[in-house]
This record gives sequence, C-alpha cells and structure tokens, in this order.
Amino acid sequence: MPDLSVNFAGIQSPNPFWLASAPPTNSGYQVMKAFDAGWGGAVWKTMGIPIVNVSSRYGGVNYKDKRLVGLNNIELITDRPLKDNLRDIEEVKKYFPNHPVIASLMVDSRDEWQQIIKDVENAGSDGLELNFGCPHGMCERGMGSAVGQEPKILERITAWVKEVATTPVIVKLTPNITDIREPARAARAGGSDAISLINTIQSLVGVDIDNFVPYPVVDGLSTNGGYCGPAIKPIALNMVKECAMDPGVGIPISGIGGIENWRDVVEYLLLGSTTIQVCTAVMHYGFGIVRELTAGLEQYMLDKGFNSVDQMIGKALPNVKPWEHLNLEYQVKAQIEDELCIGCQLCYIACEDGAHQAIRLNENNELRIPSIIEENCVGCNLCSLVCPVDNCISMVRTDSGKKIETWHQRTEKGSIPTTWNDKRAGGVGHWIPEPKDALKQDKKEL
Amino acid sequence: MPEFRRPKSEADFHKNFEQIKPLMSKTEANQESGRCLFCYDAPCVKACPTSIDIPLFIRQINNGNLSGSAKTIYAANYFGRICGNVCPTEVLCEGACVFEKQNIRPIDIGRLQTYATYNSIRNNKKHFELAADNGKKVAIIGAGPAGISCACELRKLGFTVDIFEAKSQPSGLTIYGVAPYKITNEDVLEEVAYLQEQFQFKIHYNSAIQSKKDLARLDSEYDAIFLGIGLGSTSGIGIKGENLDNCIGAVEFIENMKMEKHDTKIGKNVIVLGGGNTAMDAASEAARLGAETVMLCYRRSKIEMRAYWFEYDLAKSVGTRGVFNAAPLEIIGTSHVEGVKFAQTEIIDGKVKILPGSEFIKPCDMVIKATGQETQVNLLNQIDKIKLDKNGCISINLETGQTTNPKYFAGGDAINGGKEVVNAAADGKKAATGINQFLQ
Ligand SMILES: Cc1cc2nc3c(=O)[nH]c(=O)nc-3n(C[C@H](O)[C@H](O)[C@H](O)COP(=O)(O)OP(=O)(O)OC[C@H]3O[C@@H](n4cnc5c(N)ncnc54)[C@H](O)[C@@H]3O)c2cc1C
Ligand SMILES: Cc1cc2nc3c(=O)[nH]c(=O)nc-3n(C[C@H](O)[C@H](O)[C@H](O)COP(=O)(O)O)c2cc1C
Ligand code: SF4
Ligand code: SF4
Ligand code: SF4
Repeated sequence: MPDLSVNFAGIQSPNPFWLASAPPTNSGYQVMKAFDAGWGGAVWKTMGIPIVNVSSRYGGVNYKDKRLVGLNNIELITDRPLKDNLRDIEEVKKYFPNHPVIASLMVDSRDEWQQIIKDVENAGSDGLELNFGCPHGMCERGMGSAVGQEPKILERITAWVKEVATTPVIVKLTPNITDIREPARAARAGGSDAISLINTIQSLVGVDIDNFVPYPVVDGLSTNGGYCGPAIKPIALNMVKECAMDPGVGIPISGIGGIENWRDVVEYLLLGSTTIQVCTAVMHYGFGIVRELTAGLEQYMLDKGFNSVDQMIGKALPNVKPWEHLNLEYQVKAQIEDELCIGCQLCYIACEDGAHQAIRLNENNELRIPSIIEENCVGCNLCSLVCPVDNCISMVRTDSGKKIETWHQRTEKGSIPTTWNDKRAGGVGHWIPEPKDALKQDKKEL
Repeated sequence: MPEFRRPKSEADFHKNFEQIKPLMSKTEANQESGRCLFCYDAPCVKACPTSIDIPLFIRQINNGNLSGSAKTIYAANYFGRICGNVCPTEVLCEGACVFEKQNIRPIDIGRLQTYATYNSIRNNKKHFELAADNGKKVAIIGAGPAGISCACELRKLGFTVDIFEAKSQPSGLTIYGVAPYKITNEDVLEEVAYLQEQFQFKIHYNSAIQSKKDLARLDSEYDAIFLGIGLGSTSGIGIKGENLDNCIGAVEFIENMKMEKHDTKIGKNVIVLGGGNTAMDAASEAARLGAETVMLCYRRSKIEMRAYWFEYDLAKSVGTRGVFNAAPLEIIGTSHVEGVKFAQTEIIDGKVKILPGSEFIKPCDMVIKATGQETQVNLLNQIDKIKLDKNGCISINLETGQTTNPKYFAGGDAINGGKEVVNAAADGKKAATGINQFLQ
C-alpha cells in the first residue's frame, strides 16, 4: 500500500485528510469519532472569546434533484468557553497522540493572541491556524476577514503569534479579496509556516420571495454569510494554484473548499496542497466519507505508481501557463458517436443558440442524431459538455500536431491582429448565417 | 386461494383496486422533474396526441411554479389530470422519452402531469379567461372527454354551450369504463367539476338525444352540433349460448362494476373472451373482485393481441391465465353459463382457421365477452348527410373535426372506433376550433 502520511510544515499526519475548523470539530466527542473513522487531523473549531449564535444559521443551494451543492452559513466562532475546549483537546491527544490537532484561533489584541497560544499549546495542540478568513459577524469587529483583507495587519498579527508560538503556524486566508497572493505573501513575511485556503466566500444564497427576506431567515431578517460546499471548488482550486505558483509565497498549503471525494483530493494535491481540509461534505454525509477518500487516493497512487503523497504534490503546476503561452495551432473538433446518441438534440440547440451554429439536425426527423458541420466547429467543447451520454461526443484533434505557435510568439513576430478590421482576426473565414435567417419567412419582410 | 379476497366493503374494493399511479409527493416530484433533460424539439411532445409542452411543464414543476405547470398542461389538454393517470404513457410520451434509448427508466411524465394539475384542481386555480359572449350557441351530444373538451374550448372562445348527456353523470367511459386502479371515479368527477366551474358550460343529464325530433330541435336551436357520443354496447360474437345468464359484455360488466363496486356479481371461474385492452381490464378486474380463476382466451396468438404488452403483464400479475389460439364455438349451459366450447386455431395468411377435431371445453360459471363495441349507427343514420366509414365511424375532416354535414362536428371514440381518453380530448378541442372557424 502506498504511504499516505505527510509532513505539513513540520506537522506529522497519518494522512492528508483533515477536518476544517467548523461544526464537525466543535467538540472532543466529534474529533475522536472522526479520528476513529480514519481522518488524519483536525483543525479545531475557531477559539477565542466565545460568541452567541442565531437560529437558523444555514441556507442551502440545491440544483435540480441534488441537495446542497452549496451551503451558506452565518455562524461565528466557537460558542463554548475556552476551558471546555482545552479540556477536550487534552483528552483527544491522550487517545490519539499521532493525529495532529490544530488550534484555530481568532482574537483581537496582541495580549489575547499570546495568551491563547500558550493555553492551546499547553493543552497539546500540534499547530496553530490563524483564522483571518471568516467573512461575516467577526469581520465587523475587526477580526476574521477584516484581517485577511489587510495584508499589513495580517503580517503584523502573524508576527505577534510567531513571537511566542512553539508549534507551526498556519494562516487561513479569505477568498474575499482581489489577489489572493497578497495576503499569502504577507503571511510568509510575518513568519507563518504555512497557509490554508480558502475560507468561505461572502454570499447570499437566495431570497424567500413570498416574505422578501433572504435566507437564512432569523425572525424575519437575514444577513450575508459565507459560502462553501461543492460549488466553490473551482474558485478555491484556482486560488490554491495561484499561491502554489507564486515564488513570494513558497510555504506549504492546506487546500480547502468543496472537497467531497477522492478525486477532489487528488486535484488539490496535484495543484500544490500538502493536506486538504473538509467541512461541508462532513456536515452533509458524516465522517464516514473518509473511507471513500482513503480508498480512492490509495487506488490512484497504486495505478499511477506514486509511493508517497509527496510525489504528487504540485504535479500539475508545470502544466499551468498564462493564456498567451497556449498553442494557437492546436485544433480539436467535436465528433458524435451515432450509436450512443439518444436524440435529445441538446448539443444542437447549445451550439446553434449558444455557440457557433456548427451542428445540424438529422434530415430524418425520426432518427434525431445530429451531425457536426466540421468547417464551423471551433472546438469549444460546449456540445460535449451538454451531451447527457458519457463518451457520446468526443473532441478529436485535427491539426498536424507538428506546429506550435502561441499568442506570445505571434506578438513577438508581429502577426497578431492590431487594427479593427484586421484580416488576422480569428473569426475571419468562419461562416455565420445572415441575421435575418434567424426569423421565420413571414417575419423577414420589413 | 386466489390472491384477492372478495371485497365486502367499499374500503375492501379500493384496497383490491389500489392505484397503480399514486399521487407523487413533493420530494418525488422534485427529484423526478430534476431528471428531465429539457430535450430540444422533444420527442415526448410529439408522441402526445395533445402535444403538451412536456419539458416546459416539467421544468416549471422543478422550479417551483406548479400553477404555471398546470396551465401549460391545460392549455393543451383539458383532461390533464385524468390523462396523467389513465393514458397508456408507455406507448405515448414515456415510450418516446430519450432515456428509453439508454435503457434508463423514462421520466414519469404521467404522474408529474397529475401532480401539477391536481394542485390546481385542489386550489381551484382558474387559468383561463373566457371571451365575451359571441352570441352563438353550440349543442354537444355526450359529456365524455371529447364533448367536455370541446365545451371548454368553445366557452373560452365565447360560445354558449349546452351538453346533452344520456347518463346521470359526466365524463363518459372515464367513469364507466376506465379501470378503477388507474383512477377513482371521485378523482375523475373532481376534475370535471373543476372544469365546469371554470368554463361554465351546462350539462343536461338523463337527456339522451335519440329521435329525429330530438335532433330537429337541436338543429333549430343551435348554430352547430358536436357529436361526442362514443361507442355503443358490446358487439355479439354470433355463437350459441350468448344469452345465457352470466354471459355478459365487457363494457356492461365494467360499467356495472364501476357503479356497484364491492356489490358487483362475479363468478368463481371466469372466462374472458378477447385480446384487446378491454379484455385485459376485464380479466384484471374479475381477479380483483375475487374470482378464483380467470382465463383470458383469444382466437389468435399472443403476439397478435391488440392489447398493449403492459396491460397483458398487469392482467397476468394478478393471476389471470392466457389461453391463445382458442376460438369460442359455443357457450354451454342450460339457463346459466357452465362452460365454453373452444376449437384450436391456426392463423393462415392473417385469417383464423379452425383446426378440425380440436374442440375442447373449459368449464366456468361466468363469461365476459370483450369482443369490441358497436358504433351508434342507429342515431347517426338519422342525421342528414352524415357519412360513416366501413366500420361505422363518423368520417370527418381531420383538420377541423367537421363531418360531411357542415353543421355537425365530431370527435373521440365515435370517429376512431375506440382509442384513448387523450385522443378524445385532442379531438374535442380541435373541433371547437373548427366550429369557431365555421361560424365566423
Ligand atoms: C373498458 C374500457 C377501459 C378503458 N380504459 C382506458 C384507459 O385506461 N385509458 C384511456 O385513455 N382510455 C381508456 N378507454 C377508452 C376511453 O375511455 C375512451 O376512448 C374515451 O372515453 C372516449 O371518449 P368519448 O368522449 O369519445 O366517448 P365516451 O367516453 O364514450 O363518452 C360518450 C358520452 O356520450 C354519451 N352519449 C352517447 N350517446 C348519447 C346520446 N345519444 N345522447 C346523449 N348522450 C349520449 C355517453 O353516455 C357518454 O357519456 C377505455 C375504454 C373502455 C371501454
Ligand atoms: C457553519 C460553518 C462554520 C464555520 N466556522 C469556521 C470557523 O470557525 N473557523 C474557520 O476557520 N472556518 C470556518 N468555516 C469555514 C470552513 O472551515 C471551510 O474553510 C469552508 O467551509 C470551505 O470548505 P468546505 O467547502 O469543505 O466546506 C466554517 C464553515 C461553516 C460551513
Ligand atoms: S465544439 Fe463548440 S463549435 Fe464545435 S460543434 Fe461543439 S458546440 Fe459547436
Ligand atoms: S447531446 Fe448527445 S445524445 Fe443528445 S443529440 Fe447530441 S449527441 Fe445525441
Ligand atoms: S424526452 Fe424525456 S428527457 Fe426529453 S424532454 Fe421529454 S421527458 Fe424530458
């Protein structure tokens, strides 16, 4: 079996699967249960001066028959007294000395920071995560994302922490910022040992349209919250990649955001994360999902010949390039596998109305198998994405494969379009119907 | 022991005739509607005789616009709720659903349709404005699906409408014929009452139009007449013993059962003659009424049955047995049915040929003849200039529903010889448009 253990900025963990700081890590009971189920580490629910929560607290985004593709919350940090949390941490560490427990912290003044660090380290925590990410409730009081959005303050607080910390420090970043690399660099400058990202995205999931109140409704009123769950993965992945590729960051990353299955985990690792953290998927399905994460990751490593997680980290990064370095000569075109087609004609209408009028309906109305008009197909992919049948539409390479020319190279050669009606425009020669061909015969006459 | 005990109360009856398409819950409707692909130029729509915009109404359910969904359905088919339950969807919309091509369960269109329309019926949600009175009057003969659909559409267009119905209740074979496990009479009548309240047409019950005099009166008082008279009683087979006690036509047996419910008389050993959907229904119903054995006997082979495969499956699933290539020669008995004498058959060039010396007798104490319904030739022959085809069905212009007598329009079983409720609903609506054009 491949070795799943990782060393994250000096924190040894039996596997890369950590619980994110959130309701699943509220108590010793939950964390013990999670470790017993197979989770490698846990970031404790953020501690500080305890708060008071409202009810209700969550709003969900459903897509068709699928529940909770996104979750929005207006919860704050822990509502438990610090001593209860400390007692629980101690207890967990007695039973699971080799499973890292990371204390997530959010306080205000330098004294408070330095005091709480001593307390949690005394209780046995293996690392510190500074919550500079929470986008609601705490930021109004100058904490959470209010810090994460101000690289200078972030750097200063990180430095306060580093003055006293004896365990590794992780700064948790908020995505509610234009360029994620700035707070990441500030974390490094402040001396942080690692970063974790992303925290939730500022959001409003929907409105009760009968009563004119957004969700979640608290006695007739609402407020903005933080968005998480499968829907945010693409945003998080991009931010992880941004940090992983930035030489000014250069510290280990714990990837967070929408992770639900082994494939998500692999993607995060390949884009530069050393550990991953999960919250919503556990809130939805419980700790048991770790079995699927473990089995899936192990199988993938076996299939690909990876002996350790280290070998995978950042493996996809060399293949991420700025747009101008992509090969403009590369050409794919859609191809329909007639035997698999079920005749929904979604590819047709998608290309017809939403892309490049490169699909024609079958002349035999009964057959309903559309065909690609090769000259018109620009290889955008849309049809293959809407097709409901696996492998029915594939994108087939049609260029010689011998020539590589990028926008960058063309710019250097001076062969990019530069005037309004430049003949070198990409769309020149592409057939487009006349505007009035869109109308039925009887509407064509002016 | 048979699977079903004789029902002793109405509750027993409903249990034996449990709905095969129960109402969906909100969760089921959301999940099922979520599966629909919203196909372009969807094949399910083309397979629906009333061309309901199926992907649209399903999407409306999924997006929480139940009322809009019902309106989409009713705009195409006034019998939306009833059709959702009674249509043979396996060979119509659902049979055409693209999921079938992948061997994935098609979208449960019928039940989604019922789910949406039921909501409007229960909330008495009115979807259509009636045009101002246009001063013209139309008489409709028959308050079946064809007649009522025609009435709704005519009212929407501003006509005054009087329906003349022979029986004491509306909706024709939907309450007198359709199997109770498809829909209850209460549910049928609820939709018709909902339509009547919305469209305000008059139904004159117990008012059969029978004589030349009746017809002359309608002719003088109304600007146009729609014939939605359906078919008549079960045709005879023309063999000895058809008059014996306990030998009954399927349509009569079913009508009686629909009204008498648990009080329906049923034999211990029942033979059903025929291979159409009515035969399948009658056999299922006999079994659910507690008959110990039910035998479905058909002159031709199994694959030649006119019945849909799923109706035969349903009949088999309640314990009836199929006997094929068996032609009835005589119904045996002195005063009461005691058995049926059959001969084995062979089909040569599509014709039934009796094998000499192959006679055999199957004892039984009840025979149900599901051998087709007669057309209402007697009534129709009294109307001037109306042409019938060789099967006794009224000939019409398919675009307008107009008969060869321009003042008369027709639709439903009376023109097609017996199809489905949905065809009658489509015909009635189309004929209303035809009448509107005719009277412009
Ligand atoms: C046993 C059986 C089961 C069936 N099951 C199904 C099913 O599951 N699904 C399905 O879609 N279809 C089913 N059908 C077919 C369906 O019921 C008919 O196709 C449909 O009802 C035809 O509608 P209609 O309006 O043309 O005629 P009908 O429903 O027959 O209505 C005709 C109406 O006209 C009245 N009438 C007749 N003559 C006169 C007169 N002279 N004066 C006044 N009133 C008159 C009748 O009393 C009746 O109310 C079934 C039919 C039968 C017999
Ligand atoms: C209800 C709720 C409470 C949360 N509380 C905290 C918290 O106290 N501290 C913290 O750092 N992040 C908190 N988060 C953010 C999560 O740790 C995590 O960063 C985010 O949910 C994205 O991961 P996911 O998509 O797996 O849920 C919370 C998230 C939720 C849903
Ligand atoms: S790849 Fe894009 S352009 Fe080509 S057929 Fe598909 S949708 Fe149309
Ligand atoms: S989307 Fe796929 S299945 Fe549907 S018509 Fe196009 S090729 Fe066929
Ligand atoms: S064919 Fe099936 S999937 Fe397509 S629109 Fe109709 S019901 Fe939906």
